[in-house]
Amino acid sequence: MMMTDVSVPANPPFRLSMLIHDRRYRSLTFQVIVFILVMALFWWLINNTLQNLALLGKSFDFGFLFQRAGYDIPQTPIPYTADDTHLRAAVVGLLNTLIVAVLGCISATVLGVIVGVARLSKNWLFARLMTVFVEIFRNMPLLLWILIIYAIFTEILPPPNAYRGEDPAWSMILFDNVALTNRYTSIPTLGMTNDPGSLDLGARITFNWATIAFIVVLVGGWFARRAIRNHAQSVQDRTGERPTTWWKTLAVMVLPSLFLIWYFGLHLEPPSLQGFNFSGGLNVSNGLVALWLALTLYTAAFIAEIVRAGILAVSRGQSEAAFALGLRPNRTMSLVILPQALRVIIPPLISQYLNLTKNSSLAIAVGYMDLRGTLGGTTLNQTGRELEAIVLMMLTYLALSLIISAGMNVFNASVKLKER
Amino acid sequence: MKKSVFLGTVAAATMIAGMGLAQEGSTLAQVKERDELNCGVNTGLVGFAAPDASGNWTGFDVAYCRALAAAVLGDPNKVRFVPTTGQTRFTALSSGEVDVLARNSTWTFSRDTDLALDFVGVNYYDGQGFMVRKDLGVTSAKELDGATICIQTGTTTELNLADYFRANNMSYTPVNIDSNAEGEQQYMAGACDAYTTDASGLAATRAAFADPENHIILPEIISKEPLGPAVRHGDNNWGDIARWTLNALIAAEEYGVTSRNIEELVRSSNNPEVQRLLGVSDELGAMIGLDAEWARRAILANGNYGEIFAANIGEQTPIGLARGLNAQWTQGGLLYAQPFR
Amino acid sequence: MSDTHAQTVPFVRDTMLPAASPPDRQSGAIRWLRENLFSGPVNTVLTILGALIIWFLVATFWDWFAHSVWNASSLSECREIIAATWGEGARGACFAVIRERWNQYVFGFYPPELYWRPTMTFGLLMVALAPVLFGASLTIRRVVLGITAIVTLAAMMWLGVPAGWLAFTAVVLAFGFLASERNIAWLLPFSIVYPLLGVWFLWGGTLWGPIFVLAGPVLGWLAWRLLGSRAPMLGVVVAALVTILFWLFLAGDAATDAQGLVPLAIEPVRSDRFGGFLLSLTIGVAGIALSLPLGIVLALARRSDMFLIKSLAVMFIEFIRGVPLIALLFVASLLLNYFLPPGTSFDIILRVIIMVTIFAAAYMAEVIRGGLAALPKGQYEAADALGLDYWKAQRLIVLPQALKISIPGIVSTFIGMFKDTTLVTFVGLYDPLKSMSDAVRANIAWKGIYWEPFIFVGAIFFLICFGMSRYSMYLERRLQRDHR
Repeated sequence: MMMTDVSVPANPPFRLSMLIHDRRYRSLTFQVIVFILVMALFWWLINNTLQNLALLGKSFDFGFLFQRAGYDIPQTPIPYTADDTHLRAAVVGLLNTLIVAVLGCISATVLGVIVGVARLSKNWLFARLMTVFVEIFRNMPLLLWILIIYAIFTEILPPPNAYRGEDPAWSMILFDNVALTNRYTSIPTLGMTNDPGSLDLGARITFNWATIAFIVVLVGGWFARRAIRNHAQSVQDRTGERPTTWWKTLAVMVLPSLFLIWYFGLHLEPPSLQGFNFSGGLNVSNGLVALWLALTLYTAAFIAEIVRAGILAVSRGQSEAAFALGLRPNRTMSLVILPQALRVIIPPLISQYLNLTKNSSLAIAVGYMDLRGTLGGTTLNQTGRELEAIVLMMLTYLALSLIISAGMNVFNASVKLKER
Repeated sequence: MKKSVFLGTVAAATMIAGMGLAQEGSTLAQVKERDELNCGVNTGLVGFAAPDASGNWTGFDVAYCRALAAAVLGDPNKVRFVPTTGQTRFTALSSGEVDVLARNSTWTFSRDTDLALDFVGVNYYDGQGFMVRKDLGVTSAKELDGATICIQTGTTTELNLADYFRANNMSYTPVNIDSNAEGEQQYMAGACDAYTTDASGLAATRAAFADPENHIILPEIISKEPLGPAVRHGDNNWGDIARWTLNALIAAEEYGVTSRNIEELVRSSNNPEVQRLLGVSDELGAMIGLDAEWARRAILANGNYGEIFAANIGEQTPIGLARGLNAQWTQGGLLYAQPFR
Repeated sequence: MSDTHAQTVPFVRDTMLPAASPPDRQSGAIRWLRENLFSGPVNTVLTILGALIIWFLVATFWDWFAHSVWNASSLSECREIIAATWGEGARGACFAVIRERWNQYVFGFYPPELYWRPTMTFGLLMVALAPVLFGASLTIRRVVLGITAIVTLAAMMWLGVPAGWLAFTAVVLAFGFLASERNIAWLLPFSIVYPLLGVWFLWGGTLWGPIFVLAGPVLGWLAWRLLGSRAPMLGVVVAALVTILFWLFLAGDAATDAQGLVPLAIEPVRSDRFGGFLLSLTIGVAGIALSLPLGIVLALARRSDMFLIKSLAVMFIEFIRGVPLIALLFVASLLLNYFLPPGTSFDIILRVIIMVTIFAAAYMAEVIRGGLAALPKGQYEAADALGLDYWKAQRLIVLPQALKISIPGIVSTFIGMFKDTTLVTFVGLYDPLKSMSDAVRANIAWKGIYWEPFIFVGAIFFLICFGMSRYSMYLERRLQRDHR
């Protein structure tokens, strides 16, 4: 009988060709080659940049950030004058980006959820209307919407002096509180009769104590509400009876705020026409409003689709099972449908938030001074430091994106299906 | 899969084909080698540089580019106009994308030094002004306290405006706009009380309105804006060519050399200055690496400075600018070409 | 008789009643209305709200649209016509601007006598796409190719094309038809050569350039064939080297020399003549064609077992996805020249295409990665069990399924990218939406015209994007292999 020797030497001697032919080494070889290539590419790019900079007689340093900026910014969330540095101008721009991004995310989510649910409505007419809304906004460039809304503001709304005189051509809306003009929307500010002063954080950034008090009270109220619910849960577990909690919740959430409003004498200070313009109120530039509205409508169309898909993804059996268990419709929604739909909704929602934040850089079209407008716009122009300014701008956007996605991922993890 | 790999290679190939080999040598040699002048201009400012419906560029700055192309390459049409925005203009120049930048840019200290540009002269003396509606009842910029002012971002006007209001202890609300077209739109709609930019730009804008009589340009000029062509640091010969082409246009007006009488003057002029300018005597062209007739061609391209001014932005055009500071020094203006000798 | 009978027996029905039609409220339009519009208080309110919205939109815009003027040479003339026709104070749209500046919106500043070239390029694009996009259905191929042929040829004749080129287009279209009827795969070589042909048609110049660009990979392939049987890895490396070296050192000179020997050139058109929808479509199509393969490679790299490859892919994708496209476009226009050897400068459109491609590819990679992840693990294991190596497994088993799952995501990335081509306005290119409209408005005749250009450009974008999304939904349904 012939015996086939199937045993292979456990450790064949290493030969150079094994780097290519042996699967154990091949990936290593490949990675080393790629690593060398990437390093060479980087070296090439950096070397070129250095050569170019030397040729142009420029240097790579961020010293310009500490020079006087010299230009004004229409909307400054923190105090800023032309005498401040470019760095502070960049921070103002970043804050402006954050303002429009946060406002946009909130309103786009609200509108998107409404539209998404309405598209599933049994009402034929309304569902069709919402479909038209979604398709129209999804299939045209965002830039077009920004320009159109901006043009509507400047072409259709009146200049402030239309509000002048005994019988003005236009009058303020919302109980004489808001004035729509083609320059800005003038909204009331919050005034206090009993101003507690401000907390100085240094660098001329201040926080009013009243704001801090409200934040503390609201956060406290949220924790108190959780404590009340936990208590109710434990009572229910012990006795089977769930105590009525809504009035307690309402009390801890609302009463302290009402007290603070009374204590600080909080009231609205409506704008009034003085000289060329409205003053006394807060003049929100139309650039911001147009950008915000366009971002909201555009992103809401995408969010509506996400929400619709999320709700459709929860199978009908789930709600039927919940009804069979005797859950009321609103508890079915909050305990059964929503948690499952959210799992499908949240990941694409995160990327919509990221898109919205990045799209806010289209502020360039309406002259809203966001991060690109200050650091990547005027500062870049005035100092001619395009390399530094753009690199810094990109890194800031990158950091912003990473922070948003990290934060949302934490939230996502909390609603994710716990697999056991 | 094979197809996608292929598409990738096509991309790389197109990229390599498009890159062209690294250019070497002086700017003049490059331009001659390319047989074309790359000239950075405004994306669209009527009167200074704007494309018409078929993409032909016209304007005051454009005329300078054509003159330079005629001087260097012998043909005023061998120009590629590269539209640049306020953001991209200086980079386009320093990166070598354009050979010369004629984009109504203000000659300032920091641009001349820190940005490593060389301004070769001034082709238009300008200053920043304000335009308002007549019915606003404002007659002086000092009355603009609290006004909303439309302003283009990324220009020196932004800094001047901040300085001016600060110096006069007044406040204002800036409305930042991206382009002149948008500025007009905002101003026309009344989104700002005043529109500020260079006085020439204001005049051009006002001229294009349906009702120019209802708008006034305030008398205050709040800054000096000497606009001129610029080249890169480091190539002095090319800078000389750009500078003296501009000077040739200005000097031609001073000596009465026009595109119409130039041939005759070449034959008959006995003014030694004109003879040198037109290359009849003294080979000046050789000193900057060109032939003797360079200035003749530059002047023939669009005429002398005065002709260019009249054809593009002068009082006979819709823009209707008076010569003012831009008259010859003999007429009480600031134009003063260095002697050709 | 009937009397007695009536007294003894209660009423008995001896025949069936004919079926009565349902009450009016339960049938026809009324029932539909009741069920779909007025089924409850909430629904009724919504219906009324919807009707109010529609009424508001119609009432606000109807007269403006109804009073459209299509034939005028300036805005003031438009207004005069409207005032003369509809009375003083009437408002109306002045779409005459579209009619007058149509060529500028479509072709930008492309030389008018060469308008037929972009038209031909676009017509042939449809032929080249047929095997890729319309491979699934003969009817669709017939419709698409038929419309393309008629429109392209008619438009080219209208634009004054030289007879030779008309014949060439007709031949290619006829071949497309033939292939579509007999065997669509015949068109694949044309699809492969098309990108180079398209570049040549649009930019012109010598044909030898594309030919020698194509010669590079062909030489590389030959090298691979020679070596591949003995040392596959070495073969690939040598092939790549041969291709790259050929491109870098030989292709340019060879093309110039060949052009000197046998002139094969059409009139060159420079990038600065591109504008309007021609620019959008050029950037869009090029970006789409390039970003898909790059996206696939990135997605595979991100799922790779090799740590280094994976982390490089992750870094690249996250970096690109983390910054706005505008920033990347500024990099293209301001910084790219810093990163290249001193003195190099290349075409701005090409730079923009590269950046748009990279941007779209990062998103594409995430979409495809989703498709790869959604594929059941069994498919991978089955591929391994069959003894397929990595590339074969990807090509034959994994990617066809993963790409199919990802179609909706891929197409919406395409749509997003096409919409984003309007952002090139911020680096000084003439996109149809902003720059071109500004250029139109720079002319005194059309100063102050805002809504009509917006509506026109928006409508074109809507048609293209909506069409793409609908087609992708159709494709998705068609390619579904399960749940039949």
